[in-house]
Amino acid sequence: MTNIAGLFAQILNGVQYGLLLFLISSGLTLIFGVMRVINLAHGSLFMIGAYLAYVTAAATGSLWFALPAALLGGALFGALLERSLFRRFREREHLDQVLLTFALILLFEEARAALLDNQFHSVAIPAALDFSVRVTSEFSYSAYRIAVLGICLCVAALMFAFVERTRVGSAIRAAAENAEMVDLLGIDASRLHTLVFAAGTALAMLAGALAAPLQSVYPGMGDGFLIISFVVVVIGGLGSISGAFWAALLIGMIDTLGKAYVPQAAGTAIYVLMAAVLLWRPAGLFARA
Amino acid sequence: MTAILQAIGLSRRFGGLLAVADVSLALAVGELHAVIGPNGAGKSTLVNLLAGELLPTAGSIRIDGDDVTGRGNWRVARCGVGRSFQRTNLMPQMTVLENARLAVQARVSARGLLRTLRRDDASVSIARIALSRVGLAESADRIAGTLSHGQLRQLEIGVALAGQPKVLLLDEPLAGMGPEESETFATLLRELSRDYAVLLVEHDMDVVFAVAHRMTVMLDGRVLECGTPEAIRASAAVRDAYLGHSV
Amino acid sequence: MRCASPRGNLALALAALAIAAMPFYASPYHMQLASTAMIAAMFALSLQLLVGGAGMVSLAQAAFFGIGAYAVHLLARVTDGAPSILLSLPASASIAGLAALLIGPFALRTRGFFFLMTTLAFGQMLFFVFHDTSLGGGADGVFIQRPVLGAFGVALELTRANRPTVFLLLNLLVLTVMYAALWWLMRTLFGHALLGIRANEDRMHAMGHDVLRLKLAAFVVAGALAGIAGHMAALNDAFVNPELLGWHRSAEALLIVLLGGIAALHGPILGAFAYTLIGEIGQSITERQRLVEGLVILAAVLLLRNGIAGIRLPT
Repeated sequence: MTNIAGLFAQILNGVQYGLLLFLISSGLTLIFGVMRVINLAHGSLFMIGAYLAYVTAAATGSLWFALPAALLGGALFGALLERSLFRRFREREHLDQVLLTFALILLFEEARAALLDNQFHSVAIPAALDFSVRVTSEFSYSAYRIAVLGICLCVAALMFAFVERTRVGSAIRAAAENAEMVDLLGIDASRLHTLVFAAGTALAMLAGALAAPLQSVYPGMGDGFLIISFVVVVIGGLGSISGAFWAALLIGMIDTLGKAYVPQAAGTAIYVLMAAVLLWRPAGLFARA
Repeated sequence: MTAILQAIGLSRRFGGLLAVADVSLALAVGELHAVIGPNGAGKSTLVNLLAGELLPTAGSIRIDGDDVTGRGNWRVARCGVGRSFQRTNLMPQMTVLENARLAVQARVSARGLLRTLRRDDASVSIARIALSRVGLAESADRIAGTLSHGQLRQLEIGVALAGQPKVLLLDEPLAGMGPEESETFATLLRELSRDYAVLLVEHDMDVVFAVAHRMTVMLDGRVLECGTPEAIRASAAVRDAYLGHSV
Repeated sequence: MRCASPRGNLALALAALAIAAMPFYASPYHMQLASTAMIAAMFALSLQLLVGGAGMVSLAQAAFFGIGAYAVHLLARVTDGAPSILLSLPASASIAGLAALLIGPFALRTRGFFFLMTTLAFGQMLFFVFHDTSLGGGADGVFIQRPVLGAFGVALELTRANRPTVFLLLNLLVLTVMYAALWWLMRTLFGHALLGIRANEDRMHAMGHDVLRLKLAAFVVAGALAGIAGHMAALNDAFVNPELLGWHRSAEALLIVLLGGIAALHGPILGAFAYTLIGEIGQSITERQRLVEGLVILAAVLLLRNGIAGIRLPT
């Protein structure tokens, strides 16, 4: 019976990983889709969120302050980055954007090394959630992970509601489909970009803060997430939040279950999927026709 | 006259919108067939369908009897279709000659691609012929981006000619031109219609009526009427829908 | 992408002679540094074919570089002992080119952003192949036997004393041949078609060019050339590890191309030497290598619009 319990656990892990991935990828797909800017430093934002959680937890003794700190700090930081740097990058060639954001990765890593260090650090799970929930007699699951699942689902629901129901949200969807339309509709493009970038940054940092107790914080932790989120964006379709959602879940499941049951193939399984999608539906599995 | 390009029952749907509905037409060498209609009538979509840029949702296209439906734009181009674009779509940082030569080069075999430029006199002569046909012979070595608007429109056609097509699809070649330039262009179009099967999409009615041998009027994606310019001019239906009371 | 003017070619030839003469005036350390720069130049030249030639910004190039390096190791396992360089060099080129041929049809279905992301992902996939499996030495890499510089029993014996000189001259030879080959390729109709794709891919389609096939050919040639560069790196270091395939390496190659100037074929050579020099100077000033690199990138992108090759000396 432990096999079934193990399977449940892995499935939940897969969903949880997928949801974290969604938080990161949704920002990325919006920034690509709306602003048409390549941001390789997006993974670094995840890292910054995680280290922020570490520092906040160490300073205040509790992880709870880290979440709003990551969200608000992320939004402010993102707005600042957009207004000061990315606004200028938009006009540039892809090559320039790749290199500029790559430089940001290096500088962020260096800043972290200067302010803190280059070490691994573990972050404690908040005491209130440091237990296991008994689901069945055989199977318990970490309460913290369940909380992460819940928080991510709430954020996802809020995002959907915002993008589908509000005026700003439809502006974002319009901009993702057709950049020129935004100007024609009389929407202030620069404000929209700042908003999108701030939101994307906040989400990535929130994901980092949530992930910190689960995987420790360490240099370059954003790298893995960066590339996988690119895969999510390719599979889900550029600019599509729902696409990113389902693609992230799919990839989260494949990656987690793969690592648990077929470790040798796990690393490449996702890319094989991406190759298949590129062959069959280059616009993305979940993109609108 | 045998038709070299035949479109039969072409339709193209975009989601809920039927942009082109059941359009049939035939083009023959020596004939200029004009397609007119108000904005949104489906003219550009029709050109894109014939050029292979878009896949029709229904209908077929034959070139010289060969069914080319769904082949994709570069294959259709190789079957002898040259097109010019409504918005100038060239290589602005290359010279006029280089632009034209690239079009000639499309037909070179894989092994031929390893020939160096210097040895490539054949392509250069074909390109020069195409350029002199459109009146750009002296500008051959100028950077394309420095040309005037009118010259760019000439180059658009020149590049299409350089591919040595049998069919020419011209999408609003007179866009943005003044009256004298339009006159010269009309003469060019008349000359071209002798050697090629020309499909002309245009808004300038003076030019259209002066050069067309046949006309198709489109409205809301459908063919409203098809016939000689005189018949079209006389048609009440066309007048009501599009031309207005005096032509 | 233009080729160097006659004056520029003369300058390059003189520089090559200066390098060839290094055994007479330079220390082994500096000769080794020159070798490193030349290998970086080979790698960047392979990328220049894609970026400056066809306008394809790829983040997978390091994967082909790494495959070329690992091919030396794999070949040694097959030949049961150090292979001849006459075998290992073509092998590296072929295996890397083959990898590009397998990935190309998928990656080239995308353009622009998507192409960048796709090449990034495929590059990482290849990284994991070497990182997670026992194909190479796994995550730590593996020491390899250097290919034999000769064949059929006749070989140049490498000693500690002559190694820097031999490698210097060998790398110079390979770099020169590679540069000459690309110089010729860009003068063919194929090279010009690539430039056309870079200028306006859509029009090239409309003209009747089989753009996908042209891009694939460029991708494969570039992959093979990167494999050659990787081979020379493996020969140099006698060590290979998965980091060679990492996308950070691809990004660095892009930087070198930009630094030297995308518009010129000889740009990567200038960029590689400049980058190596800056790295040397940086290392002597500070330990914060990432900071140095980050600042170099910012300076190159924000200040040097046309790269070093674009700097016009007052006549």
